[in-house]
Amino acid sequence: MMAARKGVFGLAALVFGVLMLLAGDPPLAQAIDLPLPDAAQEARARSLHKQLRCLVCQNQSIVDSNATLARDLRIIVRERVAAGESDRQVLDFMVARYGDWVLMNPPFKAATLVLWIGPGLIFLGASVGVFFYFRRARRQFAAAAPLSKAERRRLDALFDDG
Amino acid sequence: MRLKFFIPLLAFVVLAISLGVGLTLKPRDIPSALIGDPVPEFSLPGIPGHEDGLSTADFGNGEVVLVNVFASWCIPCRQEHPLFMELARTGGIKIYGLNQRDKVEDAVQWLATFGDPYDRVGSDLDGRAGIDWGVYGVPETFIVDGRGRIIYKHIGVVTRSVLDKEILPRMEQARRQAAETAETK
Repeated sequence: MMAARKGVFGLAALVFGVLMLLAGDPPLAQAIDLPLPDAAQEARARSLHKQLRCLVCQNQSIVDSNATLARDLRIIVRERVAAGESDRQVLDFMVARYGDWVLMNPPFKAATLVLWIGPGLIFLGASVGVFFYFRRARRQFAAAAPLSKAERRRLDALFDDG
Repeated sequence: MRLKFFIPLLAFVVLAISLGVGLTLKPRDIPSALIGDPVPEFSLPGIPGHEDGLSTADFGNGEVVLVNVFASWCIPCRQEHPLFMELARTGGIKIYGLNQRDKVEDAVQWLATFGDPYDRVGSDLDGRAGIDWGVYGVPETFIVDGRGRIIYKHIGVVTRSVLDKEILPRMEQARRQAAETAETK
């Protein structure tokens, strides 16, 4: 009885699976991103992939992203590398279309100045603040009146108890 | 009262304001790198009903045009589509459709269902033309001026307020500029 039921379920699952396969649209003339046959070119393409940001998922490089656009950009990078373009040319192609934003490592220029030197400036400012704070604290400490005899006795007693 | 006691308060206010401004920004909107640039070199076939297709030569003929990137699989496109239908009915504005990664029959079906506001449609099956336009999501909408330069891009759904406040005034201004340059010629 159980076995028969299992068999029916299995058959139903199989039929369902086949139907799903039939119902699924064949993919649109979809290119697959295959590695380049030349190992050196493929290595260059991969290193470029890592330098390009996925525009759809944003905080991922196009290597890590499953988005269609990321896949297409990976393919374009491979095509351009295979066509003999330099790394600079490939990156320029992307920047021309998507701006500096597409680079994982933004270039150093006027628009990105705050991004690059901001953290350093904040650190510097904080360091200066901390320096003056402690210098003043030390001066105040040095300027404080020495302990009276009664205070000294009380302090010694506290230390002895410890 | 010593002034330095206000420093933490001041720091808090500065932080609160900058974070508050940060909340109103849209990090998903990546400014187009193509603003001010001529329309990229591209040439796309059309779809049944729009056999002419769409290519670079269709721009820069003195007319300001709207380019709407759309697809039948794009759900938000349905939201903005009635606005483009309205523009098409009112007339006076040329709208080009850039059909992204869509099957031709799906695009035709979609336009038959929701209406066809486009003067021209280019079928970008593999998305390459879209990449040349710097498209990274659908829908996106561009304004191209009479000289064939991209002057504005809106990412995402065009709402009535975007249309009235961002798109139409820019198109009007571009049209006036085009008319002026035509006069001086």
